[in-house]
Amino acid sequence: MNEVAEAAVVVAARPRAGTRRRPSFRAIFGLAVLVSMGAAAILAPQIAPWDPTRQMLMKRLRPPMWEARGLREHPLGTDHLGRDILSRILYGGRISLGVGLSAVTLACLIGVTLGLLAGFYGGRTDALIMRVVDVFLSIPYILLAMGVVFALGASLVNVILVMAVTRWVQFARVVRADVLSIREREFVSGARARGNRSLRLLLRHILPNALTPIIVVATLELAFMIIYESALSFLGLGVQPPTPTWGWMLSDGRNYIATAWWLATFPGLAIMLTVLAVNLLGDWLRDTLDPRLKV
Amino acid sequence: MLGYVLRRLLQSLLVLLGVSVIVFGLLHLTGDPTRLLLPLEAREEDVRQLRALLGLDDPLWLQYLRFLSRAVRGDFGLSFKHQIPALTLIFQTLPATLELTAAGLGLALLVAVPAGILAALRRNSVLDALCSVGVLLGQAMPVYWLGLLLIMVFAVGLHWFPAAGRDGLASLVLPATALGAFSMARIARMARSGMLEVLAQDYVRTARAAGLRAFVVTYKYALKNAAIPLVTIVGLEFGILLGGAVITETIFAWPGVGRLAVDAIFSRDYPLVQAIVAMLATLFVLINLVMDLVYTYLDPRIVFARSSR
Repeated sequence: MNEVAEAAVVVAARPRAGTRRRPSFRAIFGLAVLVSMGAAAILAPQIAPWDPTRQMLMKRLRPPMWEARGLREHPLGTDHLGRDILSRILYGGRISLGVGLSAVTLACLIGVTLGLLAGFYGGRTDALIMRVVDVFLSIPYILLAMGVVFALGASLVNVILVMAVTRWVQFARVVRADVLSIREREFVSGARARGNRSLRLLLRHILPNALTPIIVVATLELAFMIIYESALSFLGLGVQPPTPTWGWMLSDGRNYIATAWWLATFPGLAIMLTVLAVNLLGDWLRDTLDPRLKV
Repeated sequence: MLGYVLRRLLQSLLVLLGVSVIVFGLLHLTGDPTRLLLPLEAREEDVRQLRALLGLDDPLWLQYLRFLSRAVRGDFGLSFKHQIPALTLIFQTLPATLELTAAGLGLALLVAVPAGILAALRRNSVLDALCSVGVLLGQAMPVYWLGLLLIMVFAVGLHWFPAAGRDGLASLVLPATALGAFSMARIARMARSGMLEVLAQDYVRTARAAGLRAFVVTYKYALKNAAIPLVTIVGLEFGILLGGAVITETIFAWPGVGRLAVDAIFSRDYPLVQAIVAMLATLFVLINLVMDLVYTYLDPRIVFARSSR
């Protein structure tokens, strides 16, 4: 069988996706928020009114502009060092989204590979990989991450690595479960009978059919990673200052909670909006692509 | 059934073995643990002495076996900072953490289960919509931010509850709420979808067709079956909450294991970090083992499904 016909078999055998519905209001809202957040993060150097690290001690702790002491040039106020909060949030989005996306990508690579192997080979390979999954599920990941980041140093790369290494299991579990059922299907035995080798079978026939849950899990994990990154930052083990991150801003704001509410409120709002948007998108993807998926 | 229990026990042991490897590895991450254990300005002589003391010149597998044999007996060594056995410190702080976690989980269940079930029974009602907005917000709000907001509003603003510390029931309210919110959202969502699934089952339809009253159908047939999957969720949630307690305790200055852990990490108290990670993981494995066994007891279909796999 030639390549084209073979591809046709794969397409024909793909599980029928759930009925495609028009995107709901929620999905459109999520996408709109996410696109604006992404654009704001990418364009931060162009649109931010101030340098996010510039300290203006004369203008410390100014409230947002609609309050009595607020200044028009600092719409969301300034922090304890007189840095512009709006600019810091815009720049912080680069870290949150950038680190989140990189960590999800890496976690996806690790998890999908191991999940494919476990589901495809079964037996001892499967048992071994699934026990490793259990180990990572049972360790309090935030403590592990803190310990590792502290030992290795809190650099951008280390933070991403640690986040990915502690969160790949979700991908592995979902992919494995999917592969277990896919490999029993006729087009797989057909492809095997035609003499395809294992690697080709995995990459050309099984992986494309397991993509749906991977996409859904990746979206929902992105939401998780954004919270995770901020948590590490908040605890002082994320990307280090002076780079502004939402988690650091929250942690700064903690000390001024009684006197300057805006320090902790706005970065938190940014995290929540972003996570909400990603979740809405993820929910819609799941409902549209594969309603039976439980993640 | 017995076979399943035994296999599940063996699995748990294997997982704990895996945990021990990671906990052991934590100390050896940078290659030379003495770098982690001693202050940066330590003299070369001290470094050598410590290496000898810890047996760091032995092959790695021997060091691991030594670590394992001590860990099994609960001996993780002395905490560097406090100079008492790490395990003793954990047992001193564990009750506070368990109290917080149980309160968070209890609160989550208390709100989420009725809310999820009502939302399923009155599908597409105002209540259902409110519930789903609550779920979305709960899942998007990071615990550290929610904690700060709660302190801002209820402690600093209204003076209803203390902002920090562990002093009586009032001090438990804010941290338990912050910690439980995420679980609350997840459990409500699962309760709702679980209930909807059960309500669509044939036996519920049959019961209705047979003329049983709606009340009986809902509470005797549907609810019982919808509750079963929640049992495993509770086990998993408990583990997630134990992890979340690390952050919650830091915000609210709650004197539990989480705060002890954060403190230990920042003061390079690695024996203590190792002990805490190992203990929390063991707790998680045990809880899930128990939950799994309870689950199979409640729903024997599970054993067959799992054994035939």
